[in-house]
Amino acid sequence: MDIRFLFLFTLVVFATGNAARAEPAQPAGEAAQAVTTPIPVKAFQPPSEDTIPDDEFGKMVRLGKNIFTHTDKYAAKYVGNDQKCVNCHLDAGRLAHSAPLWAAWVRYPAYRKKNKMVNTMQERIQGCFRYSMNGTPPPADGETIKALMSYAYWLAEGAPTGVKLPGQGYPKLDKPKLEPDYERGAKIFAQNCALCHGADGEGVRQGDEQVFPPLWGEHAFNWGAGMHRINTAAAFIRANMPLGKGGSLSVQQAWDVAYFINSHERPQDPRFEGDLKATKEAFHNHQCRYGDKVGKTVLGQSSQ
Amino acid sequence: MKIRISVSLACAAVAYAASALAAPPSGKTIAQQGNGKGAPGCISCHGDKGQGNAGAGYPYLAGQPKAYLVHQLKAFADQTRKSPVMQPFASALSAEEMDAVAEYFAALPLPKTGGKAGTADAVGKRLATQGKWSVGMPACFQCHGDRGQGVAPNFPAISGQSEDYLKKQLEHWRKGERSNDPIGLMQSVVGHLEESEIAAVSRYLATLSPAKAP
Ligand code: HEC
Ligand code: HEC
Ligand code: HEC
Ligand code: HEC
Repeated sequence: MDIRFLFLFTLVVFATGNAARAEPAQPAGEAAQAVTTPIPVKAFQPPSEDTIPDDEFGKMVRLGKNIFTHTDKYAAKYVGNDQKCVNCHLDAGRLAHSAPLWAAWVRYPAYRKKNKMVNTMQERIQGCFRYSMNGTPPPADGETIKALMSYAYWLAEGAPTGVKLPGQGYPKLDKPKLEPDYERGAKIFAQNCALCHGADGEGVRQGDEQVFPPLWGEHAFNWGAGMHRINTAAAFIRANMPLGKGGSLSVQQAWDVAYFINSHERPQDPRFEGDLKATKEAFHNHQCRYGDKVGKTVLGQSSQ
Repeated sequence: MKIRISVSLACAAVAYAASALAAPPSGKTIAQQGNGKGAPGCISCHGDKGQGNAGAGYPYLAGQPKAYLVHQLKAFADQTRKSPVMQPFASALSAEEMDAVAEYFAALPLPKTGGKAGTADAVGKRLATQGKWSVGMPACFQCHGDRGQGVAPNFPAISGQSEDYLKKQLEHWRKGERSNDPIGLMQSVVGHLEESEIAAVSRYLATLSPAKAP
């Protein structure tokens, strides 16, 4: 069943400004006409932040939140790139359609195709450290995982368990009319994304603070992360990007720009054991560009 | 008599030729004295250190990203940002002069304005630091820096501007009098705000200092 049917959408339509301005560019195509932001009205509402209790449990919840939003500071030794959990799970893991923690909490333990077994929540979080954060999974019984578990548990207080809640994961996207295209994607990126993520996807740092995450290159998520899949990235982007204007790209534009982003080199898949083709066959039977030739490089080859 | 007139005419001609041939005035000169072609010295309104004049509604320019300042001057000139005061001044600046004067102000340190302790507005603070995700609006500080100190090159500092100035800008976006924002990002933000929230967040931001506490 398509969960999107469960939602009422609020359509917020903005008039666009003067079309004659020369720079910086406006979104291309139909997105330039109007901005529509779909918001699931019936999604579960996690408790508000100022209700975190003032006790031992509350301390762990707060630590979990800090790890989630400032992973580089609070869990530095497990992080191998320039990413924070909140970069792909917006509003501190609260936002529907951004793989929110409360919806994840009530789903685990669950079977995952990725490793063909039933995974606990701890294992799921460890996976994000290994791939999305290109780091080392923290021990399941250590403070880092315990704090993140406490935070997710607290966010899910009052949610029904064992079900797929509306707003869980990223909303599945319709197939594009045209095959996703690198050149079209590059244009969309330059017009709608480079402002924040940098012309070369390098992100923006200010002092020791990451302000806008890198999308490819050595500081980005690695070739094993969920976001390297074109369908996953397209779904995330369509719902959440450009920041503050989720829903403004067309379905086609989301696929094109996801294809473009994921046609660049990034850190190696940690399951790689020296043979690119073998790794591709064993772990990349999905929509991704690992092992594909782009220009002169074969993706996945030059990574460390 | 005749001779004196022709001498002074010749002098004027020489002076004119010299000014036409001379390199465009430096950013500092424009800031202090204007460009001699219709743009007055900026510091008479924006302050001798570019710190602005809160009471009069003149924003600080010091420490703002250069690209942002150039973008504003162009926007005043082409009226995608409407200001009867700035429009003629910006129109009187050449592209090179815009570049030079923007560079001058960008290199000055951010002012230590704001700092009216104890007036923190809870609603304003929440909007600035957490946003209003129930309608898809990120925190102001996600784009403007974690203290509202700006993120070069595209995101200006907003902390410590005067409450009136901030409110006016947000209102201008609402009314379409300012439509120069890249990707329509601020138009979208303002579309998510109630009138009372615009007031609250402006009040809150005005109490902060964009410069880092020592
Ligand atoms: C106004 C700035 C801004 C714009 C414009 C923008 N992004 Fe983002 N993007 C962000 C921020 C900030 C985050 C992290 C979110 C957070 O931490 O809350 C992010 C996160 C992401 C992520 C998550 C991946 C990761 O590695 O962390 C992807 C993918 C992404 N953006 C793609 C895009 C695409 C594609 C566009 C253009 C269609 C775009 N963004 C436009 C600011 C922006
Ligand atoms: C580069 C982006 C990215 C980063 C950074 C990231 N994740 Fe994820 N995460 C994903 C993707 C993609 C999924 C799968 C979502 C889907 O396919 O619906 C996911 C899924 C999850 C899930 C399961 C969600 C569910 O509903 O099943 C949890 C829990 C999770 N992440 C926790 C974390 C934690 C904790 C961190 C930080 C240590 C983190 N993530 C960092 C991209 C990221
Ligand atoms: C008579 C007073 C006055 C003078 C002189 C003046 N300005 Fe302004 N300036 C203003 C006012 C008022 C505003 C606010 C306009 C608005 O409300 O949008 C402003 C706004 C600006 C802004 C936008 C700042 C921001 O944060 O977005 C820039 C840039 C600027 N002025 C540059 C200059 C430069 C450069 C000069 C000198 C060549 C100059 N100004 C001279 C009154 C003045
Ligand atoms: C998604 C990114 C984003 C978010 C979120 C955001 N802004 Fe902005 N803001 C911008 C950009 C980009 C500009 C520069 C516009 C331009 O170039 O004219 C800007 C400009 C401004 C200005 C004009 C500054 C000046 O000196 O004239 C104000 C005021 C402002 N923002 C206030 C806010 C407030 C208040 C919030 C939160 C309620 C907010 N912004 C949230 C992107 C953002």
